[in-house]
Amino acid sequence: MSDSTRTTLTHLQRLEAEAIHIMREVVAEAERPVMLYSVGKDSAVMLHLARKAFYPSPPPFPLLHVDTTWKFRDMYALRDRMANESGMELLVYHNPEAMERGINPFDHGALHTDMWKTEGLKQALDKWQFDAAFGGARRDEEKSRAKERIFSFRSASHGWDPKNQRPELWNLYNARKNKGESIRVFPISNWTELDVWQYIHLNQVPIVPLYFAEKRPTVERDGMLLMVDDERFPLRPGEVPVERSIRFRTLGCYPLTGAVESTASTLPQVIQETLLTTTSERQGRAIDKDAGGAGMEVKKQQGYF
Amino acid sequence: MSGDVIYQTEALIAEDIDAYLEQHQHKTMLRFITCGSVDDGKSTLIGRLLYDSKMIFEDQLAALETDSKKVGTQGQEIDFALLVDGLAAEREQGITIDVAYRFFNTEKRKFIVADCPGHEQYTRNMITGASTADLAVILIDARKGVLTQTRRHTYLCHLIGIRNIVLAVNKMDLVDYSQEVFDGIVADYAAFAKSIGIQDFTAMPISGFKGDNITTHSPNTHWYKGPTLVDHLETVEVITSQDQDKPFRMPVQWVNRPNLDFRGFSGLIATGSVKPGNAVRVLPSGKTSTVTRVVTLDGDLDEAVAGQSVTVCFADEIDCSRGDVISIADTPPQVADQFETTIVWLNDEPLHVGRAYWLKLATQTVSVTVQHPKYAVNVNTMEHIAVKTLDLNAIGVAEIATDRQIVFEPYEANRTLGGFILVDKLTNATVAAGMLHFSLRRAQNVHWQPTDVTRADHAKLKNQTPKVLWFTGLSGAGKSTIANEVEKRLAIMNRHTFLLDGDNVRHGLNKDLGFTEADRIENIRRVGEVAKLMVDAGLIVLTAFISPFRAEREMVRKMLGEGEFVEIYVDTPLEVAEARDVKGLYKKARSGQLKNFTGIDSPYEAPPAPEIRVNTAEMSAEEAAEYIIRQLMPLK
Repeated sequence: MSDSTRTTLTHLQRLEAEAIHIMREVVAEAERPVMLYSVGKDSAVMLHLARKAFYPSPPPFPLLHVDTTWKFRDMYALRDRMANESGMELLVYHNPEAMERGINPFDHGALHTDMWKTEGLKQALDKWQFDAAFGGARRDEEKSRAKERIFSFRSASHGWDPKNQRPELWNLYNARKNKGESIRVFPISNWTELDVWQYIHLNQVPIVPLYFAEKRPTVERDGMLLMVDDERFPLRPGEVPVERSIRFRTLGCYPLTGAVESTASTLPQVIQETLLTTTSERQGRAIDKDAGGAGMEVKKQQGYF
Repeated sequence: MSGDVIYQTEALIAEDIDAYLEQHQHKTMLRFITCGSVDDGKSTLIGRLLYDSKMIFEDQLAALETDSKKVGTQGQEIDFALLVDGLAAEREQGITIDVAYRFFNTEKRKFIVADCPGHEQYTRNMITGASTADLAVILIDARKGVLTQTRRHTYLCHLIGIRNIVLAVNKMDLVDYSQEVFDGIVADYAAFAKSIGIQDFTAMPISGFKGDNITTHSPNTHWYKGPTLVDHLETVEVITSQDQDKPFRMPVQWVNRPNLDFRGFSGLIATGSVKPGNAVRVLPSGKTSTVTRVVTLDGDLDEAVAGQSVTVCFADEIDCSRGDVISIADTPPQVADQFETTIVWLNDEPLHVGRAYWLKLATQTVSVTVQHPKYAVNVNTMEHIAVKTLDLNAIGVAEIATDRQIVFEPYEANRTLGGFILVDKLTNATVAAGMLHFSLRRAQNVHWQPTDVTRADHAKLKNQTPKVLWFTGLSGAGKSTIANEVEKRLAIMNRHTFLLDGDNVRHGLNKDLGFTEADRIENIRRVGEVAKLMVDAGLIVLTAFISPFRAEREMVRKMLGEGEFVEIYVDTPLEVAEARDVKGLYKKARSGQLKNFTGIDSPYEAPPAPEIRVNTAEMSAEEAAEYIIRQLMPLK
């Protein structure tokens, strides 16, 4: 075959092929895989990749949503729709203790994330005995993630030991684990935020409408623009929701996620705004700012995804 | 990616996002590594590439400025290295421990940079980063020239098969951009490169700190006419496009079977391309068929090429499953079970010669043993040194034998079918990476001879179920005595037995073996093979060996059929065995006359779940034998 007849694969084609290869390896080698599904744009891409990897079969694992009950209404709607369309089982887990104690983002701050998400995830994985969990984390998101393997092992207590990671060569993944250990698998490790957006654009992957600008009721609080999504949002004295054209760069629990004022109502406009913006993606989330520069590294050692 | 280009890119994003997306969509991808220690300015160079390509956001930049003043090594100036060193321990110590992956784009390409640690104790991390790279940037401090670590990094890159090497002579600002200095370093490097078989490399004078020849030609090096670093990275050919020219190979990952009407084979195409109508062969079986469809969610493809993940369907219902390799019919890859390899040891626990490990190559996982290394390579001097084993970070050439045939190609021809990892069967750690060079001919010439009187026939004639009763325990625990008692009772019951005793075997079959760890492993392997032959002959075999290592007992268990291996743990506390000291060996070991004695200066790994356990501190040899017989009943 001569040069002229070669097919040139684009970077997105190579990244897609890599992610699909990883998902198939996990399904072939793990006993009980699961895909963590947070309904964000990275989850949307992960789900789409899973459908491609196993087509015409439905992906041979369930979706797991570790819910906090504090997601935006639009997120719950898309979640249920996508589970239905993909033919996959949807498992929703609520930490019973957080439920009972009424842990919420307004009154409990960091405890909210810890109990609903970090603890909730551990409990859910233990409950269903999942030994491999797909996550949509990317190496471009944060410093300690840049060093994490694609197959990342967790101890029985779900801790991560960054100094003792298995070597990972070529595309040969060692999925063998010791009793009690589980694996977090990150098929889109090598994608950037732009890649994710571009992939959504090219493949018309459905995402939550909150990523697009629209007039929504908001209040400004502690330097963040918060959306008043339902009646559970406690207004402080003097606060009156104001209609603003806003959108979200990342989606978490609604009071913990700040919106940005924007008029970007189409995907290319959103991508345009993302590329021209000067604040990095996770800045909208309060969670990474704890514990100085090493915030995420510490959280992960404790078992945060 | 020069200043102008950045401006144009930004302008394009701002003015015509659709045009920008169209451009970005068609970018190709290059994966490369940077080698060199922090002192060579490696992290600074990567930080510079990220910075110049606008991959640093404003808030990160603000944090960078604060951090630079607090812990940076560049005084009041921005320390780009801090962008790259991610783990807390690395920031504190100012070194890079693990591979970090970074991303940036130019107009033509997306880049993934593996930033690898340079110190010798992190060779394994460097190999990890290099294994997926298309290109290596080897940094040299212009003030220091070619150093030991330059040679080491170059050797490792060459070993792992990186054919595009960039020699970046850095810190040119600190030698007044001297052409003489540059030429001298390039000449030194060329001599070394040639000596290890590197034909070609691209040298360039740069300053990561000042930005010379990174994205634009520097006015300070008017004598340099070659490309800038980014120009070169944007235009060099990537491996996957070369792979398309090779014969079609696709390791099967998963059989896709949603219903009775569809049966497809999913995998990532390693080399070549495939179209409907192509005649293909499935290895190792050698069965052939024709491709009918190349299936994806986006519709069937007319052609798929190396680097794509697809699902293919055949015209015939032939056997094909995970681990098989689908190949073009007329030029299939080879199949063998013994190879010469280069192995890079990645684990703190050294190689155990003769021990069984898992070998994973493409989607095949088999049991493998490694022979005594022929030699190891001193990565600093390239000298071949005689070694008994391979320790952490050691690189050696050794023969390996797999327990069944695998589909392979030499690593030089095909990374996917020639690169493998070794996994410890007990700890599950990835302990080594290796590259297959060629198969050993004896494997191809020795064929299994089928016999008409089968092992089942042998067993039936003797009216018994053949087994191995494997007695393990400390020296002086009573293994031989109890095994002898058990055999006497079996003989009375008209059973056909044979007792293999540790001391006796060492007088004959194993008289060439000593008591080092490697020899002990080989001792057990041979006994296991002999026991297996006797089981094939229909016998109940009793063995009495200390067999201190769990891994070797498991190896023997795996040689035999389900239920044929009965592990009998003769559990005697060390004090009791030592007090008996029938052969006077403990005394010798305690006084240092006897080395590697189990329980004294060599470990005994007790079985966690033996089929039968007897405690000789609590029962006599006769009682233990009676107990074992009761556990074994019925014997048919």
